[in-house]
Amino acid sequence: MSSGHAHDVKAEVRRYLLVFAALVVGTIVTVLASYIDLGHHYNIILALVIASVKGFLVAGFFMHLISERVMIYTILVATVFFFAGLMYLTLWSLEPTSLMHDPAAIVHTEAAKH
Amino acid sequence: MEIPYTVREREDTGLYNAKLGIWLFLASEVMLFGALFSAYILLRVGSPEGMWPHHILNVPIGTVNTIVLIISSVTVVMGWASLKMNQFGKYRMYQAVTILCAMTFVGIKSYEYYDKFTHYAILKKDGTVIDGHLVSKTTNSITLHLSAPGHHRVPFLTERPGTANIEHSAARAGENAQIPAGHEEKKDAPPVQQGATTEHAAGHAGGHGETVTVNYADAEKVENYGPKHHTYLAIYFTLTGLHALHVIGGALVIAYIWGPGAKMWKTEPERYTNRVEVSGLFWHFVDLVWIFLFPVLYLL
Repeated sequence: MSSGHAHDVKAEVRRYLLVFAALVVGTIVTVLASYIDLGHHYNIILALVIASVKGFLVAGFFMHLISERVMIYTILVATVFFFAGLMYLTLWSLEPTSLMHDPAAIVHTEAAKH
Repeated sequence: MEIPYTVREREDTGLYNAKLGIWLFLASEVMLFGALFSAYILLRVGSPEGMWPHHILNVPIGTVNTIVLIISSVTVVMGWASLKMNQFGKYRMYQAVTILCAMTFVGIKSYEYYDKFTHYAILKKDGTVIDGHLVSKTTNSITLHLSAPGHHRVPFLTERPGTANIEHSAARAGENAQIPAGHEEKKDAPPVQQGATTEHAAGHAGGHGETVTVNYADAEKVENYGPKHHTYLAIYFTLTGLHALHVIGGALVIAYIWGPGAKMWKTEPERYTNRVEVSGLFWHFVDLVWIFLFPVLYLL
């Protein structure tokens, strides 16, 4: 953020305090939610959703990403692409149909070619 | 020759050098932590059913540490905003809080590490498992303070749910539940976590407050809760250790700028403010990583 005017900064300070309150509430909610049994998968999803919201607040407001220069966004688009690719490959390798799980499947696939 | 754009923003990008630099660096950091998160997912999903430990970390302590880190992130932006408003004194105060928070975080983390390194699991040759904190060690025996009933333990990697060994221990646990504290050592075996009951089992039937001495000659394995005891602990120490190094590194930079580096405020205030902003961006990133580490390692 390059706005140097004092009154702009004052408005931002109020915003920082709101974000702070939201982060503390988010932390408490995520801890409490972990004690409620929603079914294992839903517990994981809920915790990751809350963490993502908190992450968005930190990146968006504290790191000023909601009003950053295009150049920074360009760098981050590449980062998001590679990070998403890494997670996609990780989850893909866990698919029950993934060849990594069943070496026999590879044999079948090879056999099918002949 | 003077290096351009150390303070002034370059016309086409709208950025000064350090800002571009820190974002490129943070982009690489995302991939570093991303790779370790990926390793975490693979280790967790690849772990045999019922063998991944849950809730073995202290949640209240982890929550406090999360809030400590959030406070430090706020004080970093508040410090930077104070400089923007020309209030150097306020900046000094806010960043002092940041540095204190960083030290608190590392202090609490060290306590948590200490607790794990003094936590032992013993697999005896008769197949029973004893779990507790170290009281004392001699050259041929080890004494543990038994973990409380209902305590979640980390199983040995060689344990397999549903094998004879586990049947044996589970049966013993049922029998132990009736026995009051102070009985002979041999019956202190905790039940071994099994299948769907993982999160609720593993209480120590022997009761809390007791100590047990085991001769090394009777033990097949004696391991503390260090990285080699379980893949969960391995990835836990890797992720939190790397994160703690980032906290220490970030705090050193912030402290340098806050202390000896503060001379620059008198000569080049804008450049100084930029330094504070850039070190702050790194600090927020460290906070961001913890926001994901906390639920993943402590709560799920």
